Amino acid sequence: MKSRSPRGELVVVGSLLAAGACAVAFVLLYIFDSHNTQLLGLSLGLALVFLAVASVVAGRKVVDQRKGVEERPVLVQEDVEKEVAERAVALREGVSRRKLIVGAGALAGAGVGVAAIAPLASLGPGNVSETLKASPWKKGVPLVDDNDKLLSVDQFEVGSWTTAFPQHADKRALGSAIVVVQILESEVLKNPQWAPRGIMAYSKVCTHAGCAISLFRYPTYEPTSQPPALVCPCHYSTFDVRKSAEVVFGPAGRPLPQLPLAIDANNNLVAAGNYDGNIGPAWWGVRKGT
Amino acid sequence: MSLLKRRREVSDEEAATDAVRFVDERLGIAPLIRAGMNYLFPDNWTFLFGEIALYAFIVLLITGTYLAFFFDPSTATTTYTGGYAPLHGVQMSEAYNSTLGIAFDVPAGLVIRQTHHWAALVFVVAMVVHLMRVFFTGAFRKPRDANWLIGVTLVTLGIVEGFAGYSLPDDLLSGMGLAIAYGVVLSIPFVGGQLALLIWDGNFPGSSAFVDRLFIVHVFIVPLIILGLIGVHLAIIMRQKHSQFPGPGRTERNVVGTPLWPAYTFRALGMLLATAAVLFLLGGLVQINPVWQYGPYEPWLGTNGAQPDWYMGWLIGALRLMPGFDFTIGDATIAGNPFFGGILFPGVVFTVLYLWPSIERRITKDKRRHDLLDRPRDKPWRTAFGSAFFTWIFTIFVAGAADRILVDVGFPYEGQVIFFRILALVLPVVVFIAVYFVCRELKRSEARPLRHWYGTVVRRADDGSYEEIPVEIDPDGGNGNGTRPTKEEKVGGE
Repeated sequence: MKSRSPRGELVVVGSLLAAGACAVAFVLLYIFDSHNTQLLGLSLGLALVFLAVASVVAGRKVVDQRKGVEERPVLVQEDVEKEVAERAVALREGVSRRKLIVGAGALAGAGVGVAAIAPLASLGPGNVSETLKASPWKKGVPLVDDNDKLLSVDQFEVGSWTTAFPQHADKRALGSAIVVVQILESEVLKNPQWAPRGIMAYSKVCTHAGCAISLFRYPTYEPTSQPPALVCPCHYSTFDVRKSAEVVFGPAGRPLPQLPLAIDANNNLVAAGNYDGNIGPAWWGVRKGT
Repeated sequence: MSLLKRRREVSDEEAATDAVRFVDERLGIAPLIRAGMNYLFPDNWTFLFGEIALYAFIVLLITGTYLAFFFDPSTATTTYTGGYAPLHGVQMSEAYNSTLGIAFDVPAGLVIRQTHHWAALVFVVAMVVHLMRVFFTGAFRKPRDANWLIGVTLVTLGIVEGFAGYSLPDDLLSGMGLAIAYGVVLSIPFVGGQLALLIWDGNFPGSSAFVDRLFIVHVFIVPLIILGLIGVHLAIIMRQKHSQFPGPGRTERNVVGTPLWPAYTFRALGMLLATAAVLFLLGGLVQINPVWQYGPYEPWLGTNGAQPDWYMGWLIGALRLMPGFDFTIGDATIAGNPFFGGILFPGVVFTVLYLWPSIERRITKDKRRHDLLDRPRDKPWRTAFGSAFFTWIFTIFVAGAADRILVDVGFPYEGQVIFFRILALVLPVVVFIAVYFVCRELKRSEARPLRHWYGTVVRRADDGSYEEIPVEIDPDGGNGNGTRPTKEEKVGGE
């Protein structure tokens, strides 16, 4: 029998041998240097490359290359269609209370259907408004840092900022984390009674899509028209801290809820009440009550 | 010698017959196997994208199964003591801890995880390019409109699956992504609050049940649906047989191509192996999603310039570009920016894609069956619309990287948003007009500026002299019989 492609056959054999060698290399690496990600990937990848070459060369050179022609299947067969339709309708023959049966069937179907999905209600959601509005803050709750240390006003200077939490509360709860910033008292244009010494606190959860507000832009050095602002790194919603975090840029639809602050007898920061709005991204009831 | 050889050949055939008989006696499928071997694949390079998607999915199943042996979907807190020293002593979830374990403590774990991630990126990109190929060649027309719907569904599922996957490790990046997803779900009119609490089992970041749900969605529910739909997708293709480009001998009634056995089997196997090879090389050599650098997620942490996997980029872009206002009636908030960008925009895109076969049927009033493909130029208005549509999405996709452009290049973010807003409105119109006229001109002139080499072939005649023969080399090659398709044949479906 005459070979179709002697060279192709050689390439296939060579590639298969090379693939085997690379696979062995992979196994050896796995045994002796199992955390060498680069060489592991390289050896396994090359083994597959050689197998691919062998397979493609076999498919394009070595085996029979004749093309074929065939008719497409006829999809539409009118007589069969007609027969099927007639058979389907013939179901009704010799049955008199058709509507009653169909009605009873629909009733049973609906009942069993509801029964089948009813247990899904165990998933929740419970009291939506109450859950979404939950906040651990109320008057007198002390502010702590992420090591549970009380926050003293002396830690702050104009332009500084930090993340704080309510004492003895779950830090991961969405209502917990606040960002505390200090600006000049003269810069506070709204609700100065909530900002002793220009120190003010806002919910750290962006009102746009729930990311953590983690940029504080305070123009200390260069003269600029931009106000001191909190910025969300996800979509750059920008909140003017002078005006109770009014939105000055970006996709957020509401200001950040502000947490009124006060200073206790030991010079530590405490909450003077709950947030002035509901925290987190908007839902239908976000503007109703607090 | 020749006697020996013949005897061996005969015994080969006998062995094969015995093997087929063994199967046939039990299953009676010899006719089915014969039909499978004879199944014809029309050759065209643009048909490869769907294949690549399929093969990437196979790699995903294999690598994903391996990862599932080591991953622990749990929010229980633990103190890290594993192989990555900079995080020693850090409090983290078991999910993040076990992901780090796969990277640093499981032998060959990282190469598998990175290959899995790369395969996910390639899976979605191959599906999207395949979808564009089907769109621009009119392969979605009857009888393939049913399969088009399945294909579009597979793209949506691929995106959902990918997002669920990279949300599992509970690193900072995945947590930020889930926060945004939570914001988007909350913004759905009327039921957003209920739905979000239902999914997260409480307020964000959710209860310990949430990561279990995410895990079962990622490793069981969605892959099972994808697998089933791929099966239906392929079964429909085999029933209708492949579409083909017009060419010599090719008509609406036949298929001209290479049979599955033997040539196409090896070619397809080669493609599977090549896809896997590229993915494993990427997984070994090109770092992706180094979660140990991000640290564990806490709801109060964020980082600047965070970017999701590429297939989420268009949604992030939409969130960036849509104006920031909440739509309110009294004190009820109906929808806000996350709804416009995260729900409405992809909703519009997928609705257009789902409905396109019906829309086109209504416009062209063409209800015939089509098995010959259009060249994009054959239908200037469709190609123009598709180009404008995908340009629109792509512009918004690029806007998704505006924060990286700010961080890396320094272009002010505010200016970029205005720029991309204008671009997203203007560029599609420009592209529509340009593509429409280019296609019309190409169709009229039948020029093939990218496809043809005009030159001469020098041939040595019998008497030793040389002659020059002017030819056009058509790399498409028709069916390989050397004839050039005539204009009538090429237009085919018209």
